[in-house]
Amino acid sequence: MAYSDKVVDHFNNPRNMGSFKKDEDGVGTGMVGAPECGDVMKLQIKVQNDTIVDAKFKTFGCGSAIASSSLATEWLKGKTIEEAQKIKNTDIVQELNLPPVKIHCSVLAEDAIKAALADYQKKSDGALTDVK
Amino acid sequence: MKLPIFLDNHSTTPMDPRVLETMLPYFVEKFGNAASRNHAFGWAAEEAVESARKQIAKLIKADPKEIIFTSGATESDNLAIKGVLEMYKEKGDHIITSSTEHRAVLDTVKSLEGKGKATATYLPVDKFGMVSPEDVRNAITEKTILISNMLANNEIGTINPVKEIGKIAKEKGILFHCDATQGVGKIPVDVQEMGIDLMSFSAHKIYGPKGVGALYVRKKNPRVRIASQMDGGGHERGMRSGTLPVPLIVGFGKACELCELEMAKDATRLIAMRDRLEASIMKVLEESYLNGHPINRLPGNLNISFAYVEGESLLMGMKDIALSSGSACTSATLEPSYVLRALGVGTELAHSSIRFGLGRFNTDDEIDYTIKKVIEIVTKLREMSPLYEMAKEGVDLKSVQWAAH
Repeated sequence: MAYSDKVVDHFNNPRNMGSFKKDEDGVGTGMVGAPECGDVMKLQIKVQNDTIVDAKFKTFGCGSAIASSSLATEWLKGKTIEEAQKIKNTDIVQELNLPPVKIHCSVLAEDAIKAALADYQKKSDGALTDVK
Repeated sequence: MKLPIFLDNHSTTPMDPRVLETMLPYFVEKFGNAASRNHAFGWAAEEAVESARKQIAKLIKADPKEIIFTSGATESDNLAIKGVLEMYKEKGDHIITSSTEHRAVLDTVKSLEGKGKATATYLPVDKFGMVSPEDVRNAITEKTILISNMLANNEIGTINPVKEIGKIAKEKGILFHCDATQGVGKIPVDVQEMGIDLMSFSAHKIYGPKGVGALYVRKKNPRVRIASQMDGGGHERGMRSGTLPVPLIVGFGKACELCELEMAKDATRLIAMRDRLEASIMKVLEESYLNGHPINRLPGNLNISFAYVEGESLLMGMKDIALSSGSACTSATLEPSYVLRALGVGTELAHSSIRFGLGRFNTDDEIDYTIKKVIEIVTKLREMSPLYEMAKEGVDLKSVQWAAH
């Protein structure tokens, strides 16, 4: 199968690869997928004043899965929580020119974004409760 | 050294230039139909075909009359299994085969089962991918008419105890078909000693041309009969109609002759290169696991699972080396290798497997390059893998509740 140039570029030069400490302030972590299915994505966001100031990923999976998560971190940076919620897997498919058999990679990336946002919100809600 | 490097010699092989040379006159000058009995063009073609038949038979210790030309091993498998089932249906309809056979065998058997023409037992294999002759014996019923087991596996290279299975088949009076596509030309094959009644193999796996293969059909002790699957001019003793592809057959014959002459030399060289590749990779990369039998394996085969990295991404990271993976992402079905699964390899490790297939034209330089690249890419992808990170932190990955999708 031939990969699009963008997939190859993200694969060879992954953006924002790495990890934040999970318990760090303002960090939300999303981990989706399963090793038996051949892909696991970990996506993390760092939020300050409702804006995602940094994002990181680590992915076990095929080239398209790696590219989808790398692209997701690029898109997340600078977005507000509300804007980040609106990222759709179809946007990723379009940007990376993914073939039909690789659409599940983009779905996984969207799930990872949602999971990271949910984790952040759960943590910050908890923090607010603590303050009260 | 030229890039890309071809390390996928189980899928096919480049043709040996010496093979091509022998084929060339049979396209334009000696173009006759081997079935034309009444002119010189036909005689020349027939002579070439019969000489190739001898070269092929010699490699497997058969009689030339026992070689039936086909389009390749897939057709040979189909012809053998369907042909026997149809010919001997009065005697029974039970086939014994194994779970790691090539799909040309498995799907043929399944198709017969689906049509109600056969019943089948799919034997399990041990953790090295080997069929147990005792399992074969125990699976035999009074309805069993055919045992079909491969000589060597195309993914993991494991060599089956074919001689023992052949002995059991003989003892019980059951026909034994062997898909020897990966074994012929690479390891010694003797249809007499191995007790094989029908055997499939093809030219393009042994540095010959694509589009031609053979089915060995035993002529005596017992005389095996098969129902033809294609109607026509009654070529090949009525078992396979169709004009013979003379140039391809000439090439097939030459390829067999070269294998016979150079097998020992090729095998020694391939084993040395393969073992060096294996040792150099395993020494540096922890949690790399060999799939297949450590000793009873094809000379050019090496199949390794690299924990925490996915196979397709490994292939993508080594674009200038042609390899294959058991990962689901490289298959149309999105299921990882059924062969590795049959060995008891976990799904996640099946996704992480790479098959190296070394052949006659690979060089030491290419192996050096491959060692370097594999270590580089596995290290890079492990850095990128959340699973590797978790394992390093001491998380037991089996205890994690994954959200399977």
